[in-house]
Amino acid sequence: MSLGEYEKHWKSVVSQSVCDYFFEAQEKAADVENVPPVISTPHHYLISIYRDKLFFVSVIQTEVPPLFVIEFLHRVADTFQDYFGECSEAAIKDNVVIVYELLEEMLDNGFPLATESNILKELIKPPTILRSVVNSITGSSNVGDTLPTGQLSNIPWRRAGVKYTNNEAYFDVVEEIDAIIDKSGSTVFAEIQGVIDACIKLSGMPDLSLSFMNPRLLDDVSFHPCIRFKRWESERVLSFIPPDGNFRLISYRVSSQNLVAIPVYVKHSISFKENSSCGRFDITIGPKQNMGKTIEGITVTVHMPKVVLNMNLTPTQGSYTFDPVTKVLTWDVGKITPQKLPSLKGLVNLQSGAPKPEENPSLNIQFKIQQLAISGLKVNRLDMYGEKYKPFKGVKYVTKAGKFQVRT
Amino acid sequence: MTDSKYFTTTKKGEIFELKAELNSDKKEKKKEAVKKVIASMTVGKDVSALFPDVVNCMQTDNLELKKLVYLYLMNYAKSQPDMAIMAVNTFVKDCEDPNPLIRALAVRTMGCIRVDKITEYLCEPLRKCLKDEDPYVRKTAAVCVAKLHDINAQLVEDQGFLDTLKDLISDSNPMVVANAVAALSEIAESHPSSNLLDLNPQSINKLLTALNECTECGQIFILDCLANYTPKDDREAQSICERVTPRLSHANSAVVLSAVKVLMKFMEMLSKDLDYYGTLLKKLAPPLVTLLSAEPELQYVALRNINLIVQKRPEVLKHEMKVFFVKYNDPIYVKLEKLDIMIRLASQANIAQVLAELKEYATEVDVDFVRKAVRAIGRCAIKVEQSAERCVSTLLDLIQTKVNYVVQEAIVVIKDIFRKYPNKYESVIATLCENLDSLDEPEARAAMIWIVGEYAERIDNADELLESFLEGFHDESTQVQLQLLTAIVKLFLKKPTETQELVQQVLSLATQDSDNPDLRDRGYIYWRLLSTDPVAAKEVVLAEKPLISEETDLIEPTLLDELICYIGTLASVYHKPPSAFVEGGRGVVHKSLPPRTASSESTESPETAPAGAPPGEQLDAVPTQGDLLGDLLNLDLGPPVSGPPLAASAVQMGAVDLLGGGLDSLMGDEPEGIGAPSFVAPPAAAVPANLGAPMGSGLSDLFDLTSGVGTLSGSYVAPKAVWLPAMKAKGLEISGTFTRQAGTISMDLQLTNKALQVMTDFAIQFNRNSFGLAPAAPLQVHAPLSPTQTVEISLPLSTAGSVMKTEPLNSLQVAVKNNIDVFYFSTLYPLHILFVEDGKMDRQMFLATWKDIPNENEAQFQIRDCPLNAEAVSSRLQSSNIFTVARRNVEGQDMLYQSLKLTNGIWVLAELRIQPGNPSFTLSLKCRAPEVSQHVYQAYETILKN
Repeated sequence: MSLGEYEKHWKSVVSQSVCDYFFEAQEKAADVENVPPVISTPHHYLISIYRDKLFFVSVIQTEVPPLFVIEFLHRVADTFQDYFGECSEAAIKDNVVIVYELLEEMLDNGFPLATESNILKELIKPPTILRSVVNSITGSSNVGDTLPTGQLSNIPWRRAGVKYTNNEAYFDVVEEIDAIIDKSGSTVFAEIQGVIDACIKLSGMPDLSLSFMNPRLLDDVSFHPCIRFKRWESERVLSFIPPDGNFRLISYRVSSQNLVAIPVYVKHSISFKENSSCGRFDITIGPKQNMGKTIEGITVTVHMPKVVLNMNLTPTQGSYTFDPVTKVLTWDVGKITPQKLPSLKGLVNLQSGAPKPEENPSLNIQFKIQQLAISGLKVNRLDMYGEKYKPFKGVKYVTKAGKFQVRT
Repeated sequence: MTDSKYFTTTKKGEIFELKAELNSDKKEKKKEAVKKVIASMTVGKDVSALFPDVVNCMQTDNLELKKLVYLYLMNYAKSQPDMAIMAVNTFVKDCEDPNPLIRALAVRTMGCIRVDKITEYLCEPLRKCLKDEDPYVRKTAAVCVAKLHDINAQLVEDQGFLDTLKDLISDSNPMVVANAVAALSEIAESHPSSNLLDLNPQSINKLLTALNECTECGQIFILDCLANYTPKDDREAQSICERVTPRLSHANSAVVLSAVKVLMKFMEMLSKDLDYYGTLLKKLAPPLVTLLSAEPELQYVALRNINLIVQKRPEVLKHEMKVFFVKYNDPIYVKLEKLDIMIRLASQANIAQVLAELKEYATEVDVDFVRKAVRAIGRCAIKVEQSAERCVSTLLDLIQTKVNYVVQEAIVVIKDIFRKYPNKYESVIATLCENLDSLDEPEARAAMIWIVGEYAERIDNADELLESFLEGFHDESTQVQLQLLTAIVKLFLKKPTETQELVQQVLSLATQDSDNPDLRDRGYIYWRLLSTDPVAAKEVVLAEKPLISEETDLIEPTLLDELICYIGTLASVYHKPPSAFVEGGRGVVHKSLPPRTASSESTESPETAPAGAPPGEQLDAVPTQGDLLGDLLNLDLGPPVSGPPLAASAVQMGAVDLLGGGLDSLMGDEPEGIGAPSFVAPPAAAVPANLGAPMGSGLSDLFDLTSGVGTLSGSYVAPKAVWLPAMKAKGLEISGTFTRQAGTISMDLQLTNKALQVMTDFAIQFNRNSFGLAPAAPLQVHAPLSPTQTVEISLPLSTAGSVMKTEPLNSLQVAVKNNIDVFYFSTLYPLHILFVEDGKMDRQMFLATWKDIPNENEAQFQIRDCPLNAEAVSSRLQSSNIFTVARRNVEGQDMLYQSLKLTNGIWVLAELRIQPGNPSFTLSLKCRAPEVSQHVYQAYETILKN
């Protein structure tokens, strides 16, 4: 929750009292996550996002695309994260002048100015301990005094004159499985949200082509602006001059129509007895369609009904916690070894006298599989043109659970 | 060494200390001081007293210090305009700096200083910067023009900056183009009339080229600008669509949605037969679905827009039902929106899945969500007929859970299901009755009472059930009271013997003991109905109700089309046009979808009518909710509506003789009471609200209906009578009359807006009628009708419409639509408007015809109290196209032989006998279609007596 408030006005000054409407809405929502993102007040509209336990609120006077505002707010949060290593109240407070300078650079009269982190970093240098020491000795400043090179070229995302001694290009193919599994274990809904994040440290103006073994999988893709759409349309090759550093190259969705493999199954039995203050809880997790890879980093989170007072459980592996205030049960399972399936069973203590809960809790499951893209996507090759050196190249695959829910 | 140190000084002389530091010789100290000032400023402290000291630091070559000072200036210049002038010189100088960054920064900052005196100095530097060699400076200057325009529009126009800005649309740099478009759009928004962005195919081409190369926000500006363009034909639309489609794969969701807007709008112009149309439809789905995997705030905005898109083009997402399935940890605002869309996409193909999901949701924790899920099950039943049975059994399962709010919601929706499928699921009533006691919400109680009243004959203890509600009558909400009143009256009409006491009790509670005018009025109406004519009461109260429409919450088509043009904006989130909520509403232009204009070769399929369709087409969607009949009878389940006015004095207050004669007739001839002639139920083909005519005959005193006045009183052109009172038409009052001039029939209408909102989009349509009357032109209301305004319109009519005999012969059922709703009324037209100009028969013909028509077709009428003589009669009738063929004097009586012809070719022959000195005339009419005689006689009366 944000205690301090910081404001920045671009066009005209809006009285701080407008925020009262927001605080009102915030109080009304039972949970901070349930504050509606668009709130109307008699004279303004408040568009907000909730990130890293902070609210970013913008006040709008005229008709603007709200998505544009929300995207911008997320970009601001990303930038803070990028600059200060974390996006927290303390970080903002410690860097309030840089924050102010950044905001001024990012938006002008309601028009976004420079939102690419590459360009911002040329205009305003991120704080480092070393730099602040140097600055205080030499009297130089955090603000760059030359026009950022990428600002106006046809490739606004890349600055000129990039130089590395080790030239490297790494790609992470990260796939998240979003799924809803019903009581009986059949899949109600499943899809894969994939991204390819790149870390490119290449000198000069490299022109890259990335091709896949099975590009047909990618029929719903969002591209970074650097990608040449026509090449993709005609040849199914990602051709681009990359930004410098870390960026998201593409994100894609493999929808439920294609078969989405579900790598784990859960056997569960959660029951509450009528007119008794206890219930039974028993879940077991096992591997399924895991393509022979180890499933690790498994965590199970369950929001238990309100009438649950406490839980007395025994895990066969890992450890569990139950928070009696939020009623959240978290079981940190770890790895699945197929020889002995991890399970968690025991008793549930209910508030005595209260009616037995109607709803059965959903299980939220997290897991990770290294070296596997569950959709089967595989990078074929990466070629570089335009520069003479030979870069190091690497691709890593990982599959994770996204919003993976099992109903009981 | 963090900035938080700037917040820590709380010593008393803080400002004083800062002042000293600002004036320090050491650069570093100065900078630190300015930083402290800025830090104080961001948390809302007043540091304006330091203005001169801070401005003094401005002349520096340190860019960071300069920026900080600029930040300070922007914040405080408004409150210290005189001091701000001091900074002008530095600004002007900085605009000439060799470093483009400084030039841009200076022009940008100057634009943010909203002080008139400064803006004057800004003009010259701005002019230079707009033509600067560096595109970074040009693009900054473009935005500055918009800023300046906001401060002083006149100045910007006088200085010719707008033209310079327009030139920048052709700039070689895409970023400059994007910013110029953004600036122009913003200026155009405040000056809708100024033709700033008059796009033509050349400029569109430039924008499309820039689109591929500029940054994401530039793309949004350009796409939004494109969306306002109307291509000249479908080919141009298609070629723009082709170039916009790649934007759907952009990572920025705002770009994606802006592209969707352009495509949705231009698709309207493409023929559905085109292969490309299908391709485009397929391409729209994936990006929309992808938006749902973004952050919840983005999802919310996306869902609100998807809601519009699936209403306009359900085919886009019809296979994507599953992505709208709710995850338990979605924020509530996302859950509710997803649910809405699930119902919109529900169809026979996927209903099983949807129901399984909804049932799952109904056991969730969040009460609001559970309620909506239960309602959704009901809506599925109504929408997909095949699923109704399954829905009902699901609802029954949910009732068995006994969770209070689930039971109540379930009962409310089951009531709707009963209305949609009457006499089908009544077996569940017993289960519902078991839960009577647990209902504590007015809506659920009212729904339950409605069910009991409606099916009273099948519920053995209906009287006991209703009586139990009656005990706390005065503590109930109006909704429940009204419903209880109606239910008990229904019960009485169905089981008169046992429930006499009950009905008297409720009537007296409603009329004598209640302060609520709606309740009292309804009580009196029932009372009077029951006491005067119980058979009629039965006809009215137990009349067959119109079925409820499939989807009650669809957005009205014209509004939907307008909202499609606002995809991605706040309007699309609120589902209201910007004019309804944008502050000040400064000249908001209404947007509409482009009509489809095909290029000459392509063939257009006629059945797909876009927004520009003739008004008649839109009228076809007849929402039957909330019409007069429903309100009057027993459907209070929405907010209470005020009942028709009633003269309370006319009502007999004695409760004893209330049901005296009525009861006998009700019990005596119960079976034949059904179908009593004066209360014919509305014919199935007619619109449901044509109560005007049948009601008018028996109950006109009660309902203050004035239909038919046109024929009974009035001159040749009857004075305008109120056809549609404002209270029945959400504030629209329509009065009118009919005229015939030089062979043209017109309906002269007077529309008065008695509501508080502006009315637009008028359209009119007639039901089929005896003489095929139909509007010959659309209803032209040129300007929107603002509150209290009245407009007179003459609507030309033709007789070429389709013919259906009506009862009475000259009744006309009319539907009028505006932006608020569709309204129905019925009126009678005087027959003489149908008398044609060539209705004079020649003598021989007349004689032959007269003989030819059998005598049983002759009808005789008396026209009393007409003081005119034969000549006057003849000439007056002639002006109404009743022609005197011959005149004879027989035994002192004047005999006029007259002929007239109706528009449909029917001849009517007349013999009018006038005795001098006797004001009563005898009229004999002969016609092959004798049913018109009565109305011709009325026309005679009307013409002669006025």
